[in-house]
Amino acid sequence: MTIHPFAFNLLRSFSALLILSCLTLTGARPAAAALTIEIVGSGANQIPIAIAPFRSEDGVPQPLTPVIGADLARSGLFKTVDPGGIVPIPHEPDQVNHAQWKARGAEALVIGSVTPTADGRYDVRFRLLDVVKGTQLAGFVYVVNAAQLRLTAHKIADVIYEKLTGDQGVFATRITYVVKRGNRFELHVADSDGYGSQTILASNEPIISPTWSPDGSRLAYVSFERRKPVVYVQSLTTGGRTTVANFLGSNSAPAWSPDGRRLAVVLTKDGSSQIYSIDAEGRGQPVRLSNSPGIDTEPNWSPDGQWLLFTSDRGGTPQIYRMPASGGQAQRMTFEGRYNVSPRHSPDGKGFTFVQQNGTRFSVAVQDFASRQVQLLTDGAVDESPSFAPNGRMILYASEVKGRGILAAVSSDGRVKQRFTETAGDVREPAWGPLIK
Amino acid sequence: MKRSIVMLAIVGVLVGCSSTPKDEQKGVQVEDRGPSVSQPVPTPTPTPPRDASTAPVRGPQTGGADPLKDPSNILSRRSVFFDYDSNAVKDEFKPLVSAHAKYVSQARRKMTIQGNTDERGSREYNLALGQRRADAVKQMMTLLGAPSGEIETVSFGEEKPRGQGSTEQAFAENRRADIVYQGE
Repeated sequence: MTIHPFAFNLLRSFSALLILSCLTLTGARPAAAALTIEIVGSGANQIPIAIAPFRSEDGVPQPLTPVIGADLARSGLFKTVDPGGIVPIPHEPDQVNHAQWKARGAEALVIGSVTPTADGRYDVRFRLLDVVKGTQLAGFVYVVNAAQLRLTAHKIADVIYEKLTGDQGVFATRITYVVKRGNRFELHVADSDGYGSQTILASNEPIISPTWSPDGSRLAYVSFERRKPVVYVQSLTTGGRTTVANFLGSNSAPAWSPDGRRLAVVLTKDGSSQIYSIDAEGRGQPVRLSNSPGIDTEPNWSPDGQWLLFTSDRGGTPQIYRMPASGGQAQRMTFEGRYNVSPRHSPDGKGFTFVQQNGTRFSVAVQDFASRQVQLLTDGAVDESPSFAPNGRMILYASEVKGRGILAAVSSDGRVKQRFTETAGDVREPAWGPLIK
Repeated sequence: MKRSIVMLAIVGVLVGCSSTPKDEQKGVQVEDRGPSVSQPVPTPTPTPPRDASTAPVRGPQTGGADPLKDPSNILSRRSVFFDYDSNAVKDEFKPLVSAHAKYVSQARRKMTIQGNTDERGSREYNLALGQRRADAVKQMMTLLGAPSGEIETVSFGEEKPRGQGSTEQAFAENRRADIVYQGE
């Protein structure tokens, strides 16, 4: 059933530069917040795929195939083959002339239809075909309302991505980030393609370190609105929020336990910045996990809940350490360089991403636990706050262009790079959300 | 007007410290100081202010203008500046710290010390570095007899820069701890 291998010798260089104005294709969004995505580089092998416009999708509030095509192109792993000139456009398997698509260079073809239902919803059907073998790889039906059409397009792109690459798709996920406009700070949540950005908190004081609960329903973050750093948890469904850490001194660096019940946080109530575990609802007393005379910060739970990675300067310079999630003996993980910070586990738990300083540059890097091999993925001047996509294939991070903060993403092999540009303001502190079941 | 006098004093201090050939001049430009075990404990003997423009401390009971707002009073000066990659309170700030230690002891007014850093490096790590600067100022005050319970130390890290931009001057201005009294 596999469509591999794709003997497609592609431009491996960075010459393939696509500017996707996918967000301006559909007008139904607030004009103030437009994240546009620019892609630099591409995968080693790009899968040539043709996406035939779905039957009657032009008549619905959100056409699906432009979204599907933009998602796949953005991953850097697909090359979209133009279906123009093939008439009639096929919508059903028996209308497909496989040889015709194969001649275009396509190895896979997506066909489908959108049909309004009697109750005002839409019946969306799609099929993914292997035009080389003449077989069907996937086929699904969704019955959704108008507001769900865009999410449905992302879900279809996820199915295609998974069938053709073997990895889970993450197009139907969300991201969060902070936008600074003048002296105003906004916490945003948007789709993984930057679309549909919503401000969930606006403040005249800084907001940092937003992080997703494992089920994607809540965000923990640090806000300075009480003239000091305090940790809050905010529900994305109700908008209600709870103060979870407001102790004497500073409260910061929240990290969710994999079961979503606890947060590791950094408190200074007993002296220097140390890591504690607290209840995610703000009940009970903090439990101290780290014990050093120096700084321990930026905790991050391993996916299996057994370990915490964190940054500590106990050895004289900030380096990444690992300790049991219940506290105890810490082991140093990074040895190259004087400044290694901001660790985040990969979703498979086999390694982590972090920021390493080299000369005056701060780069996003990955390190494997078993081999201890370090790979630098970026060469920006000030790259910060890396976080993995839930499939582990991309890393979202904060970068800077001409003194202005932007978001960027890099594939975990360093080949594909994306840049998200906001029309106005300084963008920072991104975090990629989990897969929504 | 008051601000400009304070700022002149600050500029003087900055000029003074930027001429010292510290680590800062080397290629690696980030604050990453480890635990300062070897840092000398500040001497509790209050040294008289060397700066001719500063005035002697007037306690809160002296009446007249609020000493915290009187530009001729050292208590109107609220910022302690740090060298790059350091949380040691420099000698030139000891009169200021000493004056506030005395004031907080007498006035029994709650004080917050807010630590700050320059923008380079991790935001959360910088938050911890700013905390360490605020703690260093508090430690000196408590050694001088200030009541620990009246003083809270917090950090703004790199989040509330006073000096804007990515220049060495802005960085120096942001390596700072500010003294703020309750109600201000």
